[in-house]
Amino acid sequence: MKSLKLDYRQLPLLATFALFIMMYAFGSTRYTGFLSTQVFLNLFIDNAFLIIVAVGMTFVILSGGIDLSVGSVIALTSMVAASLVMNAQLSPWIVIPICLLVGSLIGLGQGCLIHFFNLQPFIVTLAGMFLARGLSYLISVETIAINNPFFDFMASSRIPLGDSFISISVVIALVVVVLAVFVGHYSKFGRNVYALGGNEQSAVLMGLPVGKTKIMIYVISGFCASLAGLVFTFYMLSGYGLHANGLELDAIAAVVIGGTLLTGGAGYVAGSVVGVLILGIIQTIIVFEGTLSSWWTKIAIGALLLLFIVFQRVIVIRSKVKKSSVT
Amino acid sequence: MQEQKTPRLVMEGITKEFPGVKALSNVSFQLFPGEVHSLMGENGAGKSTLIKVLTGVYSNDEGTVKLEGSPIHVANPLEAQDLGISTVYQEVNLCSNLSVVENIFIGRQIMKKGRIDWKEMKSRAEEVLARLNLTIDVTKLLSSYSVAIQQMVAIGRALNVSARVLILDEPTSSLDTDEVNQLFGVIRKLKDEGLAIVFISHFLDQIYEISDRITVLRNGELVGEYMTKDLPRIELVSKMIGKELDAVSSNRDEVAKKERGEVLLEVEQLARKGSVEPFNLDLHKGEIVGLAGLLGSGRTELARLLFGADKADSGEIKINGSKTKLNIPKQAISKGIAFCSEDRKAEGIIPDLTIRENIILAMQGINGVFNYIPKKRQIEIADEYIKLLNINPRNPEQLIKNLSGGNQQKVMLARWLITNPELLILDEPTRGIDIGAKAEIMKLMISLSKDGMSILFISSELEEVLRTCNKIVVMRDREKVSEIDNGKQVTQQDIMKQMAGGVV
Ligand SMILES: Nc1ncnc2c1ncn2[C@@H]1O[C@H](COP(=O)(O)OP(=O)(O)OP(=O)(O)O)[C@@H](O)[C@H]1O
Ligand SMILES: [Mg+2]
Repeated sequence: MKSLKLDYRQLPLLATFALFIMMYAFGSTRYTGFLSTQVFLNLFIDNAFLIIVAVGMTFVILSGGIDLSVGSVIALTSMVAASLVMNAQLSPWIVIPICLLVGSLIGLGQGCLIHFFNLQPFIVTLAGMFLARGLSYLISVETIAINNPFFDFMASSRIPLGDSFISISVVIALVVVVLAVFVGHYSKFGRNVYALGGNEQSAVLMGLPVGKTKIMIYVISGFCASLAGLVFTFYMLSGYGLHANGLELDAIAAVVIGGTLLTGGAGYVAGSVVGVLILGIIQTIIVFEGTLSSWWTKIAIGALLLLFIVFQRVIVIRSKVKKSSVT
Repeated sequence: MQEQKTPRLVMEGITKEFPGVKALSNVSFQLFPGEVHSLMGENGAGKSTLIKVLTGVYSNDEGTVKLEGSPIHVANPLEAQDLGISTVYQEVNLCSNLSVVENIFIGRQIMKKGRIDWKEMKSRAEEVLARLNLTIDVTKLLSSYSVAIQQMVAIGRALNVSARVLILDEPTSSLDTDEVNQLFGVIRKLKDEGLAIVFISHFLDQIYEISDRITVLRNGELVGEYMTKDLPRIELVSKMIGKELDAVSSNRDEVAKKERGEVLLEVEQLARKGSVEPFNLDLHKGEIVGLAGLLGSGRTELARLLFGADKADSGEIKINGSKTKLNIPKQAISKGIAFCSEDRKAEGIIPDLTIRENIILAMQGINGVFNYIPKKRQIEIADEYIKLLNINPRNPEQLIKNLSGGNQQKVMLARWLITNPELLILDEPTRGIDIGAKAEIMKLMISLSKDGMSILFISSELEEVLRTCNKIVVMRDREKVSEIDNGKQVTQQDIMKQMAGGVV
C-alpha cells in the first residue's frame, strides 16, 4: 500500500504540471530564444485576463456548475469602459467600479435564477452570454478605441523583474490567484463550494448554506469576468462587441486541463493557472514554429482536453477500485 | 421521575402529505432531556419523515413543534443545527469527495486568524473518532472508507457539537457488535449529561438495550408511547405491524438437513491480493450457505470476486463442473449469478427511476436492450414483487427516491429475484428492513432454495444465518477460518468465537 501513498486527488494537478514542464523543455530545445525569462513571463502578460477568468470559472466548475457568460461579460466590460471613458469622459476611478459592478450584477442575477428557480446553470449562463454580448453591441457596433492617460499607463508600464519585466495586469492576476487559493483552502465559503460539488443533497442535510454559496459562486465568476474584462481592455486599449469571442470555452478548457473535475467536487485553483499557462505555451510554440497556422492552437487544445478528460475518468475509476479493496 | 421534567421537544399534530402518500397524519411526539427515545415502525411507517420535518428538510402541512417550551419553525437543516438539533440521517449523507476531517467539521470549522485551522481540526477529529474507538487516517477522503466507517464518521460529526437534541436514524445498520457497543457507551454518557436522544433502529435487541421510551408509528399514524420496560417485545412487534408476527419456521434441523442437489459452484484457491486470501468453497444446488464474519473480514470482497465485480489474481472457479472465468459482472450474470450489494446507495438504486423500472433493470440487462419487455408484463412483474415483499407504497410508478430506506432495499432484492438466478449472492439483504419483512425474506430464501436455487447469504445477524443456512462459512482477516454444518447443536456463541478468533 505504500506505493499508493500519493493522494489521487493531486494526480491530475501533478500531471498538468509535468505536462507544462515537458512542453517548456520541448520548446527550449527546439527553438533558440525560447528559454528566456521574458518568453516565460510573456505567458503571464498575454494571458493575465484568462488567468483571472479561469480562477472564477474554477469555483463554478468545482461546485458542479458552468458559466458560459464570461466571454461576453469581458466584451461588455470593455464596451462599458470604453464608452464611459471616451464618450462620457468619466474618470477611470469611477469607470472601474462601475465595470466591476456590471459583471458582479450579471453573476448575481444568474446565481439567483439558478438557485431560486432551480434552473440548469448551462441554460441560464447561455442566456447570460447572449444577453451580455447583445448589450455590448447595443452600446456600439463599432470598435471604440481608448485614448486615456490612465489606460495608457496601465497598458504600457513595465515592472522590471531582473532583466525582464511584467505588466501591471500580471500583478492583478497574481493577486487574484493568491486570494482565490486562500479562499479555496482556508475559508468556509471555499470548502462549501467543494461540498456542494461533491453532493448537493448531502450539503443541504449537513446544514451548509447551499443557496448563499451557489449565488456567491456566480457573483465571483461575474466579478472575475469583469475584472478580466478590464485587464483585457488595458491590453487591447479598445472596446469591441466581438472581444473575447469564445473565451469562455478557453477558460473551461484551462480549468479542466488544470485537473478540476467537470462534475465538480475536486480540483485546485493553482491547477487552472497551470492550465492557462499550457494553453499559452501551445500558442508560443506555434508562434516560434512560424510556419504553422494559428488554428493548430485549437487542435492542440482539443487534443489535450480529450486526453485530460480520459485521464480523469481513469483516476475516478481507479479510486473506486481502491475503495472497494479497503471495504 | 422523568414525568415531572418538562419535555425538551414536543411535536404535536404533525401531518405531512406527499403527492399520493400521507406519510404522517396527526402524529405527536415528545422527548425529555436525559432520555433515549426510540421511534419504531415498519418500513415506510413515517419515522424518517418525522425526523425530517423536525430538522426542516420537509415542511409539515399541519402541527406545531416546540423546543423547550417555545414554538419553533425550522426552515432548513442549517436552522435546526443552529437550534442545537444534531442529526445523523438514515443514509450516510456526507460528501465523499472531502476528507474525513472535513466531513466532521464542515459548516463549523475551527477558525484561527480568519482562516481554517486544519491542524487543530485534524487533531480534534481524531479525538472525536477516538471516542468511538476509531483510529483512521482522517486526512484521507471519505470515499476511501467502507460504509461502516462512513457511518461512524457521520455519528462523529453529530457528536461533535454540544447539541440539545441528538437524532440517530438507523445509525447502527452497518455497524458490527463492537462498534455498536462503543456507540452505546457514548450514547449513555451523553444521556447522563442530559442530552435528549432519538434513536431509530430495526434491531429489537438494540432498542431494548438502549432506550427508555418507545413511540410506535404505523402507516403514518401514532400507535402510542410506552416505557420500554413495560412493553414486552411481542407486544411491540404486534403494535408495529398491526397483527401477530408470523414467525419463520424455526425447525432448524429441517432447514439444515434439507436435501441438496449436485455441486453448482466449486471455488478453489480463489484469491485477490489485499482483499481475499486463497479461498475454497463448494456450493450445492438448493443450498443456502451463510457467510459470517466481522466487518472487514473479507465477506463482501469474496462476494465481489464471485460476481466478477473485482478480478481474482489466482484460483479457479467451476460452475456445473466446467471451468469459468468471472472477470466482469456480465460473465457472472450470464452464468446465472446474481449479486445484491450491501451498498444500495452507491451500487444499487437509481433514484430517478420508478419502482417498476428499478425492478426490471437487471432482467432487461440479461434479455438484452433490444428485447423489450412489454410494459404490461413489466407492471405485472412489479406488482407481483411489490406484493410478495410488501413494498410500500404499492404503486409501481412511484419514484424510488421517494421510498423509505427499507422499501428501497426490498426493491433491490426484487430486482435480482426476478432474474431467477442459479446462484443468488445476498450481501446484508435485511439491512434496514423491518422485522416483518425480514421474516418474509427469510421465508422466501428458504422456499427459493427448496426450488433449487443456491444462495450465498452474507449477514451480520447470526440469528438469521442460523435460521436459514445449511452451512456456515466463517471468515476472519480475509481468510476462511472454518466451515460449520448447521444444526440444533450450533449456537451463535460458537460462530462468534470463530469470528473473533476463539477469544470470546
Ligand atoms: N420525498 C418523498 N416523496 C414522496 N413520498 C415520500 C417521500 N419521502 C417519504 N415518502 C413516503 O413516506 C412514507 C414514510 O417514509 P419514511 O421514510 O418516513 O419511512 P420510515 O419509517 O423511515 O421507513 P424505514 O424503516 O424503511 O426507513 C413512505 O411511504 C414513503 O414512500
Ligand atoms: Mg427511515
